Amino acid sequence: MSLTPPVAGPIADAWLVIPLFNEATVIGEVIAGARETFPHIVCVDDASTDGSGRAAREAGAVVVTHPFNLGQGAALQTGIDYVLRATDAQYVVTFDADGQHRVEDAAAMVERAREEEAAIVFGSRFLDGRTKPGLLRRIILKGAVWITNQQTGLRLSDAHNGLRVIRRDAAEHLDLEQNRMAHATEIVLQLARTRLPWVEHPVLIVYTDYSRAKGQSLMNSINILIDTIVK
Amino acid sequence: MLDQPLIKVILLVGIVGVTILLTRSTAGARHQAVRRLLLVGFVLLAAMAILFPPLLTQVAQTVGVGRGADLLLYGLTITFLGYVAASYRRMRQLEQQNTVLARHIALSDAIRPRPGSTNGSAHDPR
Repeated sequence: MSLTPPVAGPIADAWLVIPLFNEATVIGEVIAGARETFPHIVCVDDASTDGSGRAAREAGAVVVTHPFNLGQGAALQTGIDYVLRATDAQYVVTFDADGQHRVEDAAAMVERAREEEAAIVFGSRFLDGRTKPGLLRRIILKGAVWITNQQTGLRLSDAHNGLRVIRRDAAEHLDLEQNRMAHATEIVLQLARTRLPWVEHPVLIVYTDYSRAKGQSLMNSINILIDTIVK
Repeated sequence: MLDQPLIKVILLVGIVGVTILLTRSTAGARHQAVRRLLLVGFVLLAAMAILFPPLLTQVAQTVGVGRGADLLLYGLTITFLGYVAASYRRMRQLEQQNTVLARHIALSDAIRPRPGSTNGSAHDPR
């Protein structure tokens, strides 16, 4: 992939926020791979029952453990709160636990935020043709993009992408109340309200059999839609 | 007024029971006062309907419904929907409070690990 220039050295002023729920088989590997570039990682263990939290801690991440399962949106907010309260990091990078995001994309997005003084960098899998989501998934994702754009007034090409870089001043505006999956629209909405400069950055989503099986089903996208409309 | 005394007594007792249950819950003062006034009205109406069933039918017919029982069913449907909406709102509220509380506990544990806790290793955040 020649699109992303190699980034020299670890990125010390950014924290990776990884919501974690029952990903024990992959989380260790994901964190170990990410730590070469991002030495600071906070994993929010959303009351996993398969030892994911221990695996994450052994791989070298800070682990914040929810006392019971709250949902991915809640885990994301907890991770962001941790970074804001316990560190003086400039950037929060939201990252998925299942290994579908690439560390080099995240690093390139932080660089881009720095260079272009963007407060928010949204990852988008639709800016180029590299990501192959399959027809049904593409239709659902494009529908989600359309709804998000209607609600937020932004013109994004991808909405439900978990890879984002959020500068500290923008992150301080976040107060996610959608505990489950509808947070993806809510986070865009709240970031749009900050009126801070944002850009989209092309990323490659690595669809493995694992992430496909874990991914959002068609039925759940109906839940997300209703959660988004009925607050 | 005193034919079928058994069912009338049972229904009246039921209404008194619900009344006690509802008035004992606490909320904001104004909210509570409004609810109590509504409740008193409801109790009076319910008692009237039990003691003088034809009255209910008469009311039903004035509003264009055939029988009093039908009117009750419609009223019940509306009340039920209102209940669903109110309890959904309440649930969301509780969920939100729950989340804030759980997050606070999780962060406190991670930032200042309790001695002897297996949670949140002594990883010092920068």
